[in-house]
Amino acid sequence: MTITLIFLAVIMATLIFWLLRQTLNMQPWVSDAEADAVSGKSLKSNAQTIGLTTFLAVATSMFALFASAYTLRMTMPDWSPMNEPVVLWVNTGFLVLASIAYQWTSSVALKKNAKQIRLGLITAGIFSILFLVGQYSAWQQLIDKGMYVNTNPSIAFFYVLTAMHGLHLLGGLYVWGRSVIRVSKDTDIESIRISVDLCTVYWHFLLLVWALLFSLMIST
Amino acid sequence: MAFVAFADRDHEQEHHDPQTFLTKYVWSQDHKVIAIQYGGIAILVGLIALGLSILMRLQLGFPNSFAVINPESYYQFVTMHGMIMVVYLLTALFLGGFGNYLIPLMCGSRDMVFPFLNMLSVWFYLLSVIILLASFFVPGGTTGAGWTLYPPQSISAGTPGAGMGIILMLVSLAVFIVAATMGGLNYVTTVLQARCKGMTLMRMPLSIWGIFMATVLALLAFPALLVSAIMMILDTTIKTSFFMPAMISAGEQLSYNDGSPILFQHLFWFFGHPEVYIVALPAFGLVSDVLATHARKNIFGYRMMVWAILAIGGLSFIVWAHHMYVSGMNPYFGFFFATTTLIIAVPTALKVYNWVLTLWQGNIHLRVPMLFAIAFIFTFIHGGLTGIFLGNVVIDLPLSDTYFVVAHFHMVMGVSPVLVVFASLYHWFPLMSGKMFNETLGKWHFWLTFLGAYSVYLPMHYLGFQGVPRRYFSMGTTDFLPESAQMLNASITVAAIILAAAQLLFFINIFMSLWKGKKAEKNCWGATSLEWLTPDQPPKHGNWGHDLPVVHRWAYDYSVPGQEQDYTPQTVPASEVPVGREHGVSTGFSFETDQEK
Repeated sequence: MTITLIFLAVIMATLIFWLLRQTLNMQPWVSDAEADAVSGKSLKSNAQTIGLTTFLAVATSMFALFASAYTLRMTMPDWSPMNEPVVLWVNTGFLVLASIAYQWTSSVALKKNAKQIRLGLITAGIFSILFLVGQYSAWQQLIDKGMYVNTNPSIAFFYVLTAMHGLHLLGGLYVWGRSVIRVSKDTDIESIRISVDLCTVYWHFLLLVWALLFSLMIST
Repeated sequence: MAFVAFADRDHEQEHHDPQTFLTKYVWSQDHKVIAIQYGGIAILVGLIALGLSILMRLQLGFPNSFAVINPESYYQFVTMHGMIMVVYLLTALFLGGFGNYLIPLMCGSRDMVFPFLNMLSVWFYLLSVIILLASFFVPGGTTGAGWTLYPPQSISAGTPGAGMGIILMLVSLAVFIVAATMGGLNYVTTVLQARCKGMTLMRMPLSIWGIFMATVLALLAFPALLVSAIMMILDTTIKTSFFMPAMISAGEQLSYNDGSPILFQHLFWFFGHPEVYIVALPAFGLVSDVLATHARKNIFGYRMMVWAILAIGGLSFIVWAHHMYVSGMNPYFGFFFATTTLIIAVPTALKVYNWVLTLWQGNIHLRVPMLFAIAFIFTFIHGGLTGIFLGNVVIDLPLSDTYFVVAHFHMVMGVSPVLVVFASLYHWFPLMSGKMFNETLGKWHFWLTFLGAYSVYLPMHYLGFQGVPRRYFSMGTTDFLPESAQMLNASITVAAIILAAAQLLFFINIFMSLWKGKKAEKNCWGATSLEWLTPDQPPKHGNWGHDLPVVHRWAYDYSVPGQEQDYTPQTVPASEVPVGREHGVSTGFSFETDQEK
């Protein structure tokens, strides 16, 4: 459980330290004209960014717990390391490209250029879909070799981890699809820009999670 | 136009009031309606769990007297009672119910920041409850593995509900976690980003602090349950070996390999112990506000109360293995977890002292909510002290799996939060409904509940010391147990039936008050916090009418020296308070300004 504990220690320490900074030296029973003028927003970011950040903490908690379970389970005698399909390296490349495409889209969204936003979004989406197709083909390769979910715990973890990661990406693709439709209709660019920014953060997060999971799997 | 969350839209932006019956009351995105939906579902499913506990008690008090209760069904009742009470009633009611109702109102927002997600949350919660209850009707019935669902027992042949029952339980939990996450994102974001002007973090009522921290715990701890549920579903259906060890069942070698049941225990309790505080922290917050309001006194040590909530939240993640002492562990780990468990008692005890000191020299009004709130202090101290017994490895080992443990966790995690639920429901009922409840009926409900709860759980401690084991369908002939133990068990059952029946008074009171109750005065308790200051009672969609409120003080200005009335609402500016007496600390002496001299 060390991985999870480290993650939680970081999250809780950050949160509690931040909250303590907000609350130390405060004497709420004393009238304070400065406090009367406070806007009621604790952070400069908008609500969606806070919502997404909170969700990323939840998702990280889940993946950290899976990783902890992985490291605990691999100490049992029946564990045999699996040979990860080579296609996973190609898939990783697709996800990197999707992330780069989103980063580019985010930068052109600042200029409010709908055409470029659409181009960037479609490119990011195509690479993401290629990643998912690649992951599915990795599953197919394993099945063809007779490596099923219940063959060995290392293989079971591979299926579970890739499935959970893929589901998160599918959720992202749902938001991506909505953005593409909205940008095609030429609606409010400002709200699309927020959506693009959030998706960019989410794609980077999914890339980081995949990189860590993949590293964990190939190193054990 | 940039996105502005509904929670902090001012009058210049459209609010889109719901127009049809369906959008007002069924597919509603109004936090108050969602809160009542959450509360209604939770109480309904809680009543089922209450019924199951009576069936268990009937078997324990009068063994083998009822044909419908056999060993299999007994274990199913135990399991469903525990899981429903902890997760589907208390967690849902505190966060989904009170969290939804109070956060926007106490923070001065129009609604949650993501109303659609909030609506989805309650419907996913309902779906999880339906899936759970469906397990009563599948072949083999519900799971009877105990609420901890420990493998290998939970999915092995011979355990009730080892087929579809356990699968439905796990799927239901997964759906519940999705619901809780959608709600939790809303609660955290609304508290952080959608408070009204002047509402600094340190001006928030303790209810909000408690619900906020509990939500953070829920968001970080529930994934552990999700992870274990996913892996156990795979162990059950596809025969993976995440948790299932190699074993022989009915003379046959099963296909499982070297799975680790201890891994499941770690994951489960990594969720399970913070879960205690997911239930307790909102209760701590709510009871603080009820006590201050009805004692007409500012909460004692507000800052300490806030920091205690933060400390409890942080520590709750590093105590989980005290549930696993008997599973065996390195003695140094045992020492570590015993130490952290005892340390967490410090901020908890600090809160108890502060509640008692809030009452000290207060102008205590023994109304129904206050009675329940004071009763909570009694039961919580009781349950907390027995927790210190069990936190020690050497005392825990002999008491483990006895009725002492049952008594402990029911006092601290069952009775105490339920007393706060009642205190809060009675306290905020006039706001929610616009009607007053019947005080006499409420007091009858209180005394029967309080004395009934003690009649049930106090003797259980004694049974535990005698060594009466928990989870046994029937004691049979056991040499070390005297006959009087059985007599005590019978008396507990009678008390439990009276206690359960007494809850009818609550429902009669609520329904009669809704139907024929007299109209509640605005801010009938003379409270200071924002929820009582809405233009309409009950508050309408958007809560605040034309303009959002502006806050000028904390929520505990009760009995401020020099003030005509014994409370100063949060929206009253400092200019309206006599100079030099603007703080709410009742010092017993007055200040003289230069002008007065």
